[in-house]
Amino acid sequence: MASKQPENSLLSPESDSQRTLYPYVTGTSVVALKYKDGILMAADMGGSYGSTLRYKSVERMKPIGKHSLLGASGEISDFQEILRYLDELILYDNMWDDGNSLGPKEVHNYLTRVMYNRRNKFNPLWNSLVLGGVKNGQKYLGTVSMIGVNFEDNHVATGFGNHLARPILRQEWHENLSFEDGVRLLEKCMRVLLYRDRSAVNKLQIAKITEDGVTISQPYSLKTYWEFSAFENPAQGAIGSW
Amino acid sequence: MFRNQYDTDVTTWSPAGRLFQVEYAMEAVKQGSAAIGLRSKTHVVLACVNKANSELSSHQKKIFKVDDHIGVAIAGLTADGRVLSRYMRNECINYSFTYESPLPVGRLVVQLADKAQVCTQRSWKRPYGVGLLVAGLDESGAHLYYNCPSGNYFEYQAFAIGSRSQAAKTYLERRFESFRDTTRDDLVKDALMAIRETLQGETLKSSVCTVTVVGVGEPFHVLDQGTVQQMIDAFEIVAEQEGPAAEPDADAGQEASAEPEPEQGAAAGEGVAPMDI
Repeated sequence: MASKQPENSLLSPESDSQRTLYPYVTGTSVVALKYKDGILMAADMGGSYGSTLRYKSVERMKPIGKHSLLGASGEISDFQEILRYLDELILYDNMWDDGNSLGPKEVHNYLTRVMYNRRNKFNPLWNSLVLGGVKNGQKYLGTVSMIGVNFEDNHVATGFGNHLARPILRQEWHENLSFEDGVRLLEKCMRVLLYRDRSAVNKLQIAKITEDGVTISQPYSLKTYWEFSAFENPAQGAIGSW
Repeated sequence: MFRNQYDTDVTTWSPAGRLFQVEYAMEAVKQGSAAIGLRSKTHVVLACVNKANSELSSHQKKIFKVDDHIGVAIAGLTADGRVLSRYMRNECINYSFTYESPLPVGRLVVQLADKAQVCTQRSWKRPYGVGLLVAGLDESGAHLYYNCPSGNYFEYQAFAIGSRSQAAKTYLERRFESFRDTTRDDLVKDALMAIRETLQGETLKSSVCTVTVVGVGEPFHVLDQGTVQQMIDAFEIVAEQEGPAAEPDADAGQEASAEPEPEQGAAAGEGVAPMDI
């Protein structure tokens, strides 16, 4: 990668190989929603290397401390770096040993600061993060992008999920979904993403976080149907079919 | 006996294993005007006596708001106290900015204590000459801490520091068991009565003291003079009615400060109870 910048420009501390220019191994959408007892989050286990679906067992959701769950899309190595930052954060929090603990809101804001500060140095962590959790009965669900845009909502998604899953959630999400209904809704979103997002793989996990803690399901696959008659012989009525 | 040889430097131990400079710093706290703090499960009250140097000057500010949920009252070298208050405000605001959440008072107090400890172990520094009563909230409710120049900190149900604080402490010792579950207004009343003990005869008026409250759902703020005067008037009236019964108890309480007073307990209960409106 030949650098067009002079070595000592303001945009790079030493040389361009020291800052992130493009992602390499990436994860696709994460979708999450609030339900009766907490948060449900879903992400597939794919790590794409450009257009190759190279890694198929990447865990893109991890528990953080006692009260939070982090899901990430984008560069997998940057996600691992973020997990190391958070590990240290939680460690120091636990070392106080004083009955206070960082909840999902605190972790979300910490991540926002990290992402925004990296963006300002033109060396971003190339991720879109979803942070969900429950503390003292309060449910929390938020997202941070690689440029530091952050907000909270009842349902969030990253990447393609914003375009394909959020509209479904806007129609069908309501307060106090049961666990089964929440999972059904997430699976509906993930199925659409599987059909339409070419970086999706059919191996996903659904994670649940409640006051009692985090559970991440074993990987499983969605049933798909490819026999829709409209898709048989797609070239047949070619003129003006698009 | 050996004090004078080993007390020049904070980094010199005495043969008895003491750091005299640190102990002298704690003496400075005792010279400042009184500050008291008391807490219930949900509220903490800090109050202090406003001592002006002369009639011409204003009194020094001794209670500082550190954040919406933390306040501090100081006794001793008020300049040192101001600097530490600025440090505390800085820590709180940085934490709030990063985590969008209030800094738990227990953590602030530890940071403050560690800062004070540094000054007891550097030959080019001196200990802070100020005692701090830190009142604040965290996840587990309301807390009151005392931070010492030595770098130690302690949690209290109620405490008093500064000159003539022993009188207040004695009053608080008699009453502290009721503080945990008491109402916010009764807590303020108890604070005013403890302040009155330190005045030793001087009339208690709202111009002589500053009273502040912080609690669950109530950000730290100074009570205005009018409210304070009303509360003083309320229990002064009752005290006048009780007059003869109340006076002997107040005197007896101060005389017997050094020893436990089980037989005074019943008499003190009768003298104090009518004021518990």
